[in-house]
Amino acid sequence: MATGGGTQIEGAAGGGVVPWAVIAGYGAEDEFGADATVSYATTRDLDLSVLALSVGFDNRFELSFGHQRLDVGPLDTQVRQNVFGAKMRLAGDLIYTDMPQISLGVQHKRQQDFVIPSALGARSSSGTDVYLSASKLFLAGPGGRSLLLNGTVRATNANETGLLGFGGAENDSHRLVGEASAALFLSRNTAVGIEYRQKRANLSGVDEDDWWDVFIGYFPNKNFSVIGAFVDLGSVAGLERQSGAYLSLQASF
Amino acid sequence: MNRWVASVAASVVTLSLIAPAQILADESERDDRLFQQLGGLGGIDLIVEELLVEISRDLRIVEQFAETNVERFRRLLVEQICDISGGPCEYSGDSMELVHGGMEITEAEFNALVENLITAMDTARVPLAAQNRLLRKLAEMRSDIIHQ
Repeated sequence: MATGGGTQIEGAAGGGVVPWAVIAGYGAEDEFGADATVSYATTRDLDLSVLALSVGFDNRFELSFGHQRLDVGPLDTQVRQNVFGAKMRLAGDLIYTDMPQISLGVQHKRQQDFVIPSALGARSSSGTDVYLSASKLFLAGPGGRSLLLNGTVRATNANETGLLGFGGAENDSHRLVGEASAALFLSRNTAVGIEYRQKRANLSGVDEDDWWDVFIGYFPNKNFSVIGAFVDLGSVAGLERQSGAYLSLQASF
Repeated sequence: MNRWVASVAASVVTLSLIAPAQILADESERDDRLFQQLGGLGGIDLIVEELLVEISRDLRIVEQFAETNVERFRRLLVEQICDISGGPCEYSGDSMELVHGGMEITEAEFNALVENLITAMDTARVPLAAQNRLLRKLAEMRSDIIHQ
């Protein structure tokens, strides 16, 4: 059972773009687990590469680090960002309680190439998101298949998750956004799902669209998983219609 | 997509998860369908037999069974699975709390047993949906089994 999930683009245990309430790795109480993940998304004008490391312990705490690099083809440039994450399970169990597993997380982000974000009007090169996630696995859901549902509420002032800095002329303060995902296990090791991540524009004159994707995940064993997806990022940094492929490979210990 | 709609939709999903939600679980086994899907008594016998083989090979938990009377365990487990799957049996053993009292079973050990049961059901060629329905029944007993 793939209860450790994948790793989302900011480094937290989750799907592709949405964090889940699960704790990284397969550790139970008093156990330790770790994940190393490489992810890559490519659209018409953009290439996003992510390297993420995470550790979970006691099935309660998770620490993560994500390094993101976004190559912007038409501008022949790249922006990079480091994300330092922490997550704590507050209540519930993904499988064994009627109540969903609920976790509180933070993602502290430090944008490293601020020239372009600054030119677009971003106010700050660093920021911190805070999120609350609820995840529940229905062991015997529709047709006896296991169904995972997840909802996340995030407070953020990031532009394009922070890759384009934080705040702007339209808005500088943290606002709430909603994120949701669902995955259906077709077999013990294969899941298909959908994710949605709301985003809000802070920069004046630069559109920012919600993100969504449909994915298929393969979890052949506890040490390896692969997730492939079709992602739609909408308009990013003035570049319209950015949709394409996403691939994520994860090793777990 | 309209942001307002998206934001409401995401909130609804989040709230519906926080509310105790069993809506999506199917409640179709008030009858003996699960018992039949498991292959009846013969199928359950086979699952339990395979489970015992898996346990005997599993160094994570085999020690917990050192004092177990294997034949009695086998008989009562078949009876219990038959009972909870809607079959024509009545579990005659002690309560789960009593049986596991003093064993101090950890979450990791419980998870290991679940893995062994899944392997056993795979070997016995139990369909995925029936596996999941049985696992859900057993999941309800977890709090009476661990940390006793």
